[in-house]
Amino acid sequence: MRIGLSLLMKVNDCYGGLRKENEVSMKIQQLSLFLENKPGHLNAICRTLSDAGINIVTLSLADTQQFGIVRLIVEDWRRAKAVLEAAGYVVNVREVVAVTVADRPGGMTELLDVIGAAGVNIEYMYAFTSHHGQEAVLIFRLDDPDRAIEALNAAGRSVVDAVALFGN
Amino acid sequence: MNTKPIVENRIWQPDFECMPVGQLRALQLQRLREAVARCSRVPFYCEQFAAAGITSDSIRSLDDIRRLPFTTKADLRDSYPLGFLAVPRDCVARFQGTSGTTGKPTWVAYTKGDVDNWANMCARFLVAGGLRPEHTVQISFGFGLFTGGFGLHYGIERVGAAIIPLSSGNSERQLMTMQDLRPEVLICTPSYALKLMDTVLAGGVERASIALEHAHFGGEPWTESMRERIEEGLGIRCWNNYGLAEVQGPGVSGECAYRNGMHIQEDQFIFEVIDPDTLEPLPDGERGELVVTPLCREAFPVTRYRTRDIGVIYADGDCPCGRTTRRMSRIMGRTDDMLIIRGVNVFPSQIETALMRVKSVAPHYMIEVTRPAAMDEVTVHIEMHPGMFSDSMSELQAVKAAIAAAIASVTGLHMNINLVQPNTLERFEGKSRRVKDLRGISF
Repeated sequence: MRIGLSLLMKVNDCYGGLRKENEVSMKIQQLSLFLENKPGHLNAICRTLSDAGINIVTLSLADTQQFGIVRLIVEDWRRAKAVLEAAGYVVNVREVVAVTVADRPGGMTELLDVIGAAGVNIEYMYAFTSHHGQEAVLIFRLDDPDRAIEALNAAGRSVVDAVALFGN
Repeated sequence: MNTKPIVENRIWQPDFECMPVGQLRALQLQRLREAVARCSRVPFYCEQFAAAGITSDSIRSLDDIRRLPFTTKADLRDSYPLGFLAVPRDCVARFQGTSGTTGKPTWVAYTKGDVDNWANMCARFLVAGGLRPEHTVQISFGFGLFTGGFGLHYGIERVGAAIIPLSSGNSERQLMTMQDLRPEVLICTPSYALKLMDTVLAGGVERASIALEHAHFGGEPWTESMRERIEEGLGIRCWNNYGLAEVQGPGVSGECAYRNGMHIQEDQFIFEVIDPDTLEPLPDGERGELVVTPLCREAFPVTRYRTRDIGVIYADGDCPCGRTTRRMSRIMGRTDDMLIIRGVNVFPSQIETALMRVKSVAPHYMIEVTRPAAMDEVTVHIEMHPGMFSDSMSELQAVKAAIAAAIASVTGLHMNINLVQPNTLERFEGKSRRVKDLRGISF
C-alpha cells in the first residue's frame, strides 16, 4: 500500500477543470462478498485471491451472528471479481470514495465535518494507514458520493483516486 | 391382533359400524351410485363422465369405482374457488379450508346434512376412544378453517359431553383451564401433549392437579413411540384418527378400544390403496397411497381423492371389537413433499413462491425441520444469489426480514431464515429433495 501523494495532489488540482472526466476516477471500485459466519470462510476468500496472486489493499468485515459482508479493495478489481465468482462467491461492485486524513487527533473530525456539512450520509466506512506514517486512508460508502467529493475538494481535502491509491 | 380392549368397548352407531359385510358392500354400492349422480353436477366430472360413458346406472359393482377419475389437490386448485360445489349456494351451511401451495386455501363446503354426518363420524372415534357424556373435553385445536376444531366440537356435542372450546395457543391458559375445570379429555396436537408432559415431568405442574384420562390427537404426524412416551409420561390414553378436509375432515377412520389400527367408516367412504406411480390398485396388506371416495357428501363430492398419504389397509381378519369395517395403519409417509408443521400443511413450493415475491429470484434453498423441545421449528437455508445480495448490512437484513415475512404470509408459519454461501447446499439429481426432516417422526 503506497500512496503517491504528489499525484494525488495533482488530481485534486485539476479537479475543477476536468470535472466530468475525473468524476469516475475519483471513486474506487470496492468488491463486496457474502460470507457465512463460520470458521475458515474468510480465509477461503483470502486464499482464493492469494492463489491468483492478487494483493488485498484493504479489507473490512461487517458481521451478524449468522453472516457477514466482506468488503475488499484490490488493485485489479475486475480480475479479482472474476476469480472470486469462478470460485462460487456472490460479488458486488460498489463505488466508494477514498480520502486521506492526517494521522493525528482531530484528523477524522475535520473530514467528517465536511461530509456532514454537505448533507451526505455515510453508509459505512473503514480505515487503513498507509506506509507514509502521517496519513491514513479512509474508505467511505456514501449515499451521494459526487456531492461529497465536490465538498471535499472545495474544502481542500485529499480525495484519492485509484491511481494514487495503488501507487502506480 | 390385539385381543384385549384398552377401555370399555363402546360403539356409537353399531347399525353401520357393525353391519354384516355383505350388507355393508351393498350399501356402499348404492351410495356410490348416488355419489356419482351428485358428482355429475360438477363440471370437472361431468365432462369426464360423458367421455367415459359413466352414469350412476352404469356403476354395477364396487369394482366399477376404478372407472371413475382420480381427483387431485391440483384439480381442486384449478377449479378455485368453488368449481366442485355440487349444490346451489344457498344449500351450503359451512365452508372450511386447507392450506394450498399457492397461498390460497382449498375451500371445501358442507351442507347441513354434511355437517350432521361429520358430527357422527367424529362421535364414532371419540366414543371408541373412551369419551362418555359425563366427560368434559378441552379442545386445544384452532377453531377456524382447519377442520380439526369444529369437527371435534360437533362430535363431542353429539356424544353429549361438555366442551371447553379453548382453541390453540397460550400454554398458560391451557394449563390453568385444565387445572381449574378438570377436563378428562384433551383434543390437541401430539406436540402440545409432549410439551404438557415435559411441564408435568419437570415439576411445573402437579399431575394430580389435572384430571386428564384421554387425548385425541390430530393435525400432525406422530408415531407409536411418541404414543408410548406420552401415555407413560402423563398417565393417559392417546388416540389416533384420520381425516382430511378434502373428503370431510377428522373422523374418516379411527381407533377402537382394541387398537388394531383405525377402522375406516366404510358406510361413508370407500378406500383404495394404489401404487402412486402406476396408479394400479394394491391388495390389502400392501403399502401404498390412500385414495378416498366419500359416499355421502352433498356439497363437495369428489371421486377417488388422491390423499398422497401412504398407509396400509390390514388384511388380517376381524377385529374383536365387533366392527365389520376394514382397518388402516397409521399414516406412514407422503408421496409428495408436503410437510405438516405445527398442524399446518406446508409445501416446499410455497417457499419458492415466497422467495419469488421478495426479489423475483428463486435461489437454491433447503428446508430443515427440527423439534428442539416439543414444538416443530423450521429453518429455511437460502443460498445467497446475486439478485439478493447487497453490500449494505441493513439492506441484507431487510431482505432476510422480507423473506421471513413473505414465507409467513404464504404458509402462515414463522420460519427461521439462514442465508448461506452459494453452492453450499446439497444438490440432488433429478427430483429435488429440499426437505430435511429431523423431527424423528419419519416413517
